[in-house]
Amino acid sequence: MSEEMQVDVNRDGDTVVVVPNGEVDLSRSPKLRTVLREAQSSKPKRVIIDLGGVDYMDSSGVATLVEAFQIARRNNSKMVLCALTDRVRSIFEIARLDTVFTIVPSRGGRIRVSSRRP
Amino acid sequence: MNNPPHIHLQLVSDPIYLSGARELIAAVSRRLGFNEEACGQIALAVDEALCNIIRHGYDKRKDAPIWLNLWPSVDGQPGLTLVIEDEAKQVDVEQIKGRDLEEVRPGGLGVHIIREVMDVARFEKREKAGMRLTLQKRRPLEPAKGGA
Repeated sequence: MSEEMQVDVNRDGDTVVVVPNGEVDLSRSPKLRTVLREAQSSKPKRVIIDLGGVDYMDSSGVATLVEAFQIARRNNSKMVLCALTDRVRSIFEIARLDTVFTIVPSRGGRIRVSSRRP
Repeated sequence: MNNPPHIHLQLVSDPIYLSGARELIAAVSRRLGFNEEACGQIALAVDEALCNIIRHGYDKRKDAPIWLNLWPSVDGQPGLTLVIEDEAKQVDVEQIKGRDLEEVRPGGLGVHIIREVMDVARFEKREKAGMRLTLQKRRPLEPAKGGA
């Protein structure tokens, strides 16, 4: 009944790129969680989550990414968020997580290393 | 609020309706003169409030009622008042608070977000069953225009 969110996954060597699209809210974050868990199961060295196609995210989406970040830490993987829209970035700022995640403007962007660690 | 709401919406506690509720509230906020950032914040607050009811109040039941009422002012001044009610389990209002943001973990952000983006976020127990959340956001007055 519910339109399912599209999440693309691309692998390039030790890097996995996850690209969700559309709105990430309570009805759709479980799909993203499932895809991220699957993508992280092979313990890639680097996980890039491209949020350029996400035009809305609520706290359930943020929680999903925090969980992925914790898994990445356990796996000794580097996890990077990129291409956040202003609207999505604002929820990270409200939750004061913009200094926790490594956030870059684009997939090839310069990495800003955070001082806080999840 | 003594006067009847301008919008009275009843929905069931199914997350697939969150998107529609958000879009309605954002569109109405826009027509009431809020800027784009504020419209997004109001819609986010409503989304988080509905999520909390669905997840914690109704334990993810999808068929329980939620009522959303809207008035286009705050105490007679420009702004928006929203009252969201449910028949979910009642909780001690003192226990409803955002978590410490220094603790980075999944979940528990909804109440913090609601309080951060709205001017007023007041939780109450309803008389017979459920909870009531009153949200208010004032709209800044437009600067006075110059002389004729």
